[in-house]
Amino acid sequence: MSVFEGFRFRHVSSPIHNRDPRVKFLYVLVMFIAAVMFNELPVLLVLFLLQIPFVLVAGVQRQWLRSLRGAMFLVTFLFVFNLIFGYISPSTIPGGVSPLEYAFAMALRFLVLVESFSVFFLTTSPDHLSLALEQSRVPYEFTFAFTTAVRFVPVLAEEAQTIMDAQKARGLELEKGNFMKRIRNYIPILIPLIVSAIRRSLELAEAMESRGWGASKKRTNLYVLKMKAGDFMLIVISIILLVSAIYVRYFVPLPTLTMLLPK
Amino acid sequence: MIEVKDVHFTYPTGVEALKGVSLSIRNGEFVAIMGQNGAGKTTLVKQFNGLLKPTKGEVLVDGVSTRDISIAQLARKVGFVFQNPDHQLFSETVEEEIAFALRNFGFKENTLKRRVTWALNLLGLTEYRKTSPFMLSGGERKRVALASVLAWNPKVIILDEPTIGQDHRQKEILRQFIVQMNAQGKTVVIVTHDVEFVAECSPRVVLMAQGQIVADGDAKRILTDPDITLRAAIVPPQITQIFLGLTDLGLPTNVIDVSEATKVLLEYLEGGKR
Repeated sequence: MSVFEGFRFRHVSSPIHNRDPRVKFLYVLVMFIAAVMFNELPVLLVLFLLQIPFVLVAGVQRQWLRSLRGAMFLVTFLFVFNLIFGYISPSTIPGGVSPLEYAFAMALRFLVLVESFSVFFLTTSPDHLSLALEQSRVPYEFTFAFTTAVRFVPVLAEEAQTIMDAQKARGLELEKGNFMKRIRNYIPILIPLIVSAIRRSLELAEAMESRGWGASKKRTNLYVLKMKAGDFMLIVISIILLVSAIYVRYFVPLPTLTMLLPK
Repeated sequence: MIEVKDVHFTYPTGVEALKGVSLSIRNGEFVAIMGQNGAGKTTLVKQFNGLLKPTKGEVLVDGVSTRDISIAQLARKVGFVFQNPDHQLFSETVEEEIAFALRNFGFKENTLKRRVTWALNLLGLTEYRKTSPFMLSGGERKRVALASVLAWNPKVIILDEPTIGQDHRQKEILRQFIVQMNAQGKTVVIVTHDVEFVAECSPRVVLMAQGQIVADGDAKRILTDPDITLRAAIVPPQITQIFLGLTDLGLPTNVIDVSEATKVLLEYLEGGKR
């Protein structure tokens, strides 16, 4: 469950934390588009390394590393799958790239995606996020649903851990058996988790009703988001990133990593 | 026998929950682990069945370190009933729920059936045999959870906050049940905030505060000591508070049990008449 650790916000102040969430989201979006545009390992490596300064400036490297470690299972899975399929049908991968390098690239691309989202969630408070959504004229119902979902991710992760402990204490061994058995092993964890999530959501609805949710049509906020110089800077950085990504994609012939390495 | 040797434990989040805890629980003992929220009670008992392994120090269960044995193997000896039954119930029927652990431990089908019937009977759940656990009331769900652990007859049984959300009658049934289990030779460890409940059970009390054991002894001594209870932020049982306020009458201050209190007071009043 440690992958969720990387999405848990902590209240601190840093040049990254203080950015407007809308601008940060633009940045994440650009990263996302860039990562999806390329399947060349050298470029993805650059994209990956490009984000490390952000992490360091925000001072969230520990949680960030933890979320990357949590993503390792899926990364390995992607790597192995791409490697196998690369060898089975080499026609699916671009010419001149070895299946090994391609599999590495696919795994790294996923890591870049996790990385950028993790940076976003680690440095953006749920309150700011909902404020940003509201000011972007998203109906309050949706904003509320979204922030609640984000807010409950760590809660659910913690609950899943407790449930796992409870079932392990009853002799459940998650890592035992063949592939199908292993998937079935998760039933005793998923059912209590889902049941309690549903129960919790009903309780939450009741609590909201009893506190007069939706009583007034027009809502006002104590805080209002305003763009500052730093925000415009991040916008410029994001646009430069996007433009250069498009430029490189269409006008620069990209080498493979094997070509870059000295013979 | 459970031996905890200078155990330190730090969660991955960096919270140091146990700071050098040493404790020995003999077979057949009845121990209540008490203390404030965040004192490290649950963290400590999770070491007993290997759900958590010490960062430093070691925990021996029957002489075997919890590091050298799987949770499933340990669970066979040390049963752990979690605070919230909703964290473990998932089967279609109560019967299946109880059989789950027995299947995991590889019990044979006919032994398994016998065990399930025994556990259902023990906790008065026989009529719900084919009912979905999700249809039961809170107290009943808690009993199903307890039955599902007792079914494999572990030597040690750990109950995390067994009295939470239970009415007085349920608590009394639970108390008698625990005392009975203990009398039959089971080691019982309860983690609780419920001072009144502990006062009535009168077990050995291990008091924790800030990841350390601050006091260890029988309930009567620990719960009536104003200094110790203050240090662990625990309020003495109501009956003790009354007696602590009546010291000028020359009454004893180490009374935790209501029936004992009645006896002492009656003696005093009759003595006054004479």
